[in-house]
Amino acid sequence: MNYAGTMQLATPTEREIVVTRVFNAPRKLVFDAFTKPELLKRWMFGPGGWALDVCEVDLRVGGVYRYVWRGPNGAEMGMGGIHREVVPPERVVATQLFDQDWTGGEAVGTLVFTEQDGKTTITNTILYSSREVRDAVLKTPMDKGMAAGYDRLETLLESM
Amino acid sequence: MELVGYGSGTSERLDATFAALADPTRRAILARLASGEASVMELAEPFAMSQPAISKHLKVLERAGLISRGRDAQRRPRQLEAVPLAEATEWLENYRQYWEASFQRLDLLLDELKLKTKEKKRIRKKQ
Repeated sequence: MNYAGTMQLATPTEREIVVTRVFNAPRKLVFDAFTKPELLKRWMFGPGGWALDVCEVDLRVGGVYRYVWRGPNGAEMGMGGIHREVVPPERVVATQLFDQDWTGGEAVGTLVFTEQDGKTTITNTILYSSREVRDAVLKTPMDKGMAAGYDRLETLLESM
Repeated sequence: MELVGYGSGTSERLDATFAALADPTRRAILARLASGEASVMELAEPFAMSQPAISKHLKVLERAGLISRGRDAQRRPRQLEAVPLAEATEWLENYRQYWEASFQRLDLLLDELKLKTKEKKRIRKKQ
């Protein structure tokens, strides 16, 4: 089975976003999928015609990573940061900063992988520099989310 | 990437909405109002709280635009305003959709990786 629709999203404090999701795979594989560029490129780009074009990951403490997404009509979004903790296949802590710095300084992401009965739960906690920044981040996938929703609706309507 | 979809006015309103929703009493009041308008006295009833305490919560909800006052001047009933609540829900929902779409692709990728791992083990055993 897969776990589509089982993602939990929470805002436990005013500066944090926490995303939790279960995957039907051992921790080693899930960790690889979150940290190896060739694998990241295959899934981490949301809905609505975006692609993760540039993906470089130096998975060491102090190592740099960089992502650039390209979207419809030449839209581009880049971000990157520095790894603070790397404990394969359990935990990665890294700073993150978008090129346009619309998040008013860097955030810190903590990605934790726990395995039980061959299934892996990821907990991705992102701590932003302020509440305003956190709120701004929650706003951004707006247009893409809407577009994906419409795409699904379109498919559904075609199949009726 | 530009921030689209909401002006700064909406951003402030969302702040107020989320702050208002952070309290369990206020959420219970909203749940009660979802089934129809109610006076302050009716709203205070299920809580072990004084009317002034309830009125304080109502003020917060009103400032956030989550409730408004009905027409009856005597009873001054409060009623639910659906739009800000829907806006706040939709907002979280969009972030959720972004990640959910990615994670569904990751589900498929992991299935593929599991098969490959099994395949490798099988080949190793043969050798």
